[in-house]
Amino acid sequence: MLLIHCPWCGARDEAEFRYGGQAHVDRPPDPNAVDDREWGEYLFVRDNPRGRFSERWVHSAGCRRWFDVVRDTATNEMSAEVPSRSGRR
Amino acid sequence: MTVLNTVEPATGLASLRRSPLADRAAEFAASSADGLRGVRLSEEAFLTQVNLRVPPESPALLAGLERELGLALPHRPNSVVGDERDAVLWLGPDEWLVIAPEGRADRVVSRARTAMADSVGSSVDVSADRTTVRLAGPVSRDVLEKVCSLDLHPRAFGAGQCARTLVGRVRVALWQVGAEPAYRLLVHCSFAGYLADLLLDAMAEFTHA
Repeated sequence: MLLIHCPWCGARDEAEFRYGGQAHVDRPPDPNAVDDREWGEYLFVRDNPRGRFSERWVHSAGCRRWFDVVRDTATNEMSAEVPSRSGRR
Repeated sequence: MTVLNTVEPATGLASLRRSPLADRAAEFAASSADGLRGVRLSEEAFLTQVNLRVPPESPALLAGLERELGLALPHRPNSVVGDERDAVLWLGPDEWLVIAPEGRADRVVSRARTAMADSVGSSVDVSADRTTVRLAGPVSRDVLEKVCSLDLHPRAFGAGQCARTLVGRVRVALWQVGAEPAYRLLVHCSFAGYLADLLLDAMAEFTHA
């Protein structure tokens, strides 16, 4: 079980959070201007590194805020948590 | 034609309503115990609860709101300003919960709306959303620690602190109201029965001597 640091509430149990996938995946500003391949990549294709990975979490059982963390996918060490820039809900 | 009696809104409806744990009061009393290893469970029904969402970057708005409500808004995460009667709980960076005695929701909401008249923000009466379970007594922390992952040791969590967290499998706003220790658990009404069962089970080892 991970102990995750919510930037607002402090250290809480992993069960209070939900995972939001890769961070900083921006929606194409004009979806009509991109072809099917680009749109498909935006919707479905994500990085899958071994190592540091920017991802989004939401403290769903606490303050209900989204935030970004950098997690090492090999060790689960988390760092650089700042309130979510992408602001997506 | 039959003329239906209209229910007089203030008193008539109040006499019809039932709190979620109203029929468990005798069971709570029988399962509670006093003394050095005591713990008591009870329901505090129908507290006024008003949810405030306010943009936190406007000090003037917050000051006006505090003036209208007569209470400061806590800015430190997981903290409470006030006492058991009138209090404001921090729920998030732009979210607070105002607690007041039964029947005060309209007054709190109208005052908050006055303060927020020229601003974005919301004040909503959520009194019927949650009921309040009170867990108090010398071993109440031991009971709660069995079902909650928060560090409730006095060095980390004391009187005047609150947290939205998981107790068992349900989301609860946990508020320590006294150093005895005594806690209020604000739980959504449909989960109140589960929470009561969970706490009664956790209490059993202390109260069945």
